[in-house]
Amino acid sequence: MLGDFMPILVLVCLAALICGVMVVGSYVLGPKKVTPYKSSPYECGVMPLGTATERFPIKFYLVAILFVLFDIEVVFLWSWLTIFKDAPTDFQVFSGVDVAVYLGLWIVGYLYIIKIGALDWDEATSLAPEKLEASATVAVPAQASNQEALA
Amino acid sequence: MVNDVPLSWFLGLGMIMFCIGTIGVVVRRNPVVVFMCIELMLNAVNLTFLVFARYGIAPGQTLEQATNTAMGGQMAVIFVMAVAAAEVAVGLGIIMAIFRLKNEADVDDMSVLRG
Amino acid sequence: MNYVLPTVEWPTVMPVLIVVVTGILAVFIEMLWPKRNNNVIVGLGLVGLGLAGSSVLKQFGAPDGVTFGDMVVRDQVGLVMQLLLVGICFVAFLFSEGYLREKQIPFAEFYPLALWATAGGMLMVTTTNTLELFLGLEVLSIALYCLAGMSRQESKSEESALKYFLLGAFASAVFLMGIAYLFGATGSLDLNAITSVWPATTPMHHTLILFGVGMTLAGLGFKAALVPFHQWTPDVYQGAPTNVTGFMAAASKVAAFGALLRVLMAAAPLQEFWFPAMFWICILTMTVGNLAAVVQKDVKRILGYSSIANAGYILVAVLSHVKSPDKVGLGSTFYYLLAYSMMTLGAFAVVSLSAKGGKEGTRLQDIHGLWSRAPFAVVCLVVFVASLIGIPPSAGFVGKLFIFNDALAAGLTPLAIVLAVNSVISVYYYLGILQAAFVSEEGAVRNQSAKPGIGLNIAVLVCAFGVFWASFNATWVQKTATGTSVSQAQTVSTTTSPDRMGPSNPE
Repeated sequence: MLGDFMPILVLVCLAALICGVMVVGSYVLGPKKVTPYKSSPYECGVMPLGTATERFPIKFYLVAILFVLFDIEVVFLWSWLTIFKDAPTDFQVFSGVDVAVYLGLWIVGYLYIIKIGALDWDEATSLAPEKLEASATVAVPAQASNQEALA
Repeated sequence: MVNDVPLSWFLGLGMIMFCIGTIGVVVRRNPVVVFMCIELMLNAVNLTFLVFARYGIAPGQTLEQATNTAMGGQMAVIFVMAVAAAEVAVGLGIIMAIFRLKNEADVDDMSVLRG
Repeated sequence: MNYVLPTVEWPTVMPVLIVVVTGILAVFIEMLWPKRNNNVIVGLGLVGLGLAGSSVLKQFGAPDGVTFGDMVVRDQVGLVMQLLLVGICFVAFLFSEGYLREKQIPFAEFYPLALWATAGGMLMVTTTNTLELFLGLEVLSIALYCLAGMSRQESKSEESALKYFLLGAFASAVFLMGIAYLFGATGSLDLNAITSVWPATTPMHHTLILFGVGMTLAGLGFKAALVPFHQWTPDVYQGAPTNVTGFMAAASKVAAFGALLRVLMAAAPLQEFWFPAMFWICILTMTVGNLAAVVQKDVKRILGYSSIANAGYILVAVLSHVKSPDKVGLGSTFYYLLAYSMMTLGAFAVVSLSAKGGKEGTRLQDIHGLWSRAPFAVVCLVVFVASLIGIPPSAGFVGKLFIFNDALAAGLTPLAIVLAVNSVISVYYYLGILQAAFVSEEGAVRNQSAKPGIGLNIAVLVCAFGVFWASFNATWVQKTATGTSVSQAQTVSTTTSPDRMGPSNPE
């Protein structure tokens, strides 16, 4: 049992040893001259601009959210399909109707997402702007939120 | 082979994950991280469900009951995952809405409501 | 491997189905004609809720039973709670449209989400399956998280949504850990397995079951806002839009107590372990809720703390029943939940009048002069406050009296005394609300408040009427709710139309 994995263990140890020797060796033996220019990030001839902790445009989150929702749907289908094949017909019909209802509900959700424009990549048109404009006290106009997201 | 590991170890691991999640919820500031800690707690629950389904320690069960138990535990995990996904969606939606409003999200800055 | 098709008894699940399908239809309407007048959606919702209510009423008196592979239970607890939830949603719909318009929240999704939250609550109260319980809880909670953050331009609304969400998800995880351990120790996802397995188990199983019950109660205690788990309540109640707060305060409390009741009843054989804890939680809930409310300056916060205190009162009734089920029935629990729902919903409906032109102030001075602007609503507010204080003849008084007697009958005299003392404390802050509503606004900046719409007037009228009606027909309500005189209840409910069931017959 353990013997089967012995070569892998040896390989791992060997790799760790070689890498360790290289890294430690160059650290110990190599000359060290620290200059401010050298210790700044991205030594490729360009002065670093802005901060490193840049924010993602917020619209990625919306797509990620929707992905997570539709992604998880499959897990129920999988558990259903594992028993579907060998089941008697009446069970297949019964559970088939159930799953059809289940998928139907997802389709309703999908239609809703399309309809309110949640999948529109252009931020200015998403999130039903006509609805946002419909209210008199829009604290965050579409343009401002766009800049905010990109800031 | 799996059954070589005693049940209590799995339960202990689940409990440790759950406690780490709890501590994270209490001490972390960023709502996204707090939320990740809650997910960790849910995963601890999933592990616990699966282990109980696998080991079947309930007293006086027939074989059929034990099979049903195993199935019940495994289905519970799937439902927990689905609910966790729905919570992620709503939670990120709320956090997004706060970003749009304030351009930042920090639990400590959420202090309009007090009294 | 044998494949067993579950028996399906449609009438039992019909109420939930109707509510869910109504929500889906409402979404379709919103999709087809976006941002139009919401009156169509409101009308559809009211019709759907009416149908659901009548299909619940039809089952009154039907024998108890289970269907859908033991997933759905039909019993008196489930029926009464379902009816309450449907009624709460109905009243909330009545006054929501005017409020949403005044507050300028272009969010017609309120209606489907509220319907689905109701459906989640209805699932919670009609099952003994822990997984189903959890799913219902989540459907209710997730919809409420969205609703709390409905007012997207207001940072306090978003803040309350985030707080509610983070703490709610945390409580769900705790609750889940509880049911995982119950599942492990009993080998079943059904709550009743605790009762049957408890005598036969070893000390190890006992530990697991106790741990599971403890965690489950903690999770549900969060939803019901019992005291060690109550911190979110005032913040969320204050920040959420007022119509959502009213709905949340009533519906989530009814659903949480339905579930709590089932868990406590299933765990009755081991009550020597959890009863002292619940006893102290109950005392703390009543006391802390009332004492904290005294120093508040915001109407919604006051009502939030008052809802915590009321949760304590209901818990007294529940504990009395669990302690001695043969002497004390569930009548007072049902009765007080009904009274609480009407008082709270009505009070929040009146408070929602302080929204005007997209702004809303809910501090005490913001409702100054309400009397001169909306006299009818303020008269109803007087009724609700009188009922919350417990002045006869009001449902709040009768309910508290019932609970007091229950506690004495079950031998829980300390709880009865704490209940009485707390009722006296509560007079102070409830009167503060009334006083603020009657103070004239001379010298102060002219406060803004909306003209009460017809929906709001109907809503507060229904609630205020219901408060009186329930107090005069208290015995009948209790008997009908507990199903002790089934035949009589059936005949009466078809001839007269009791308050909350009144709108249930939309011809």
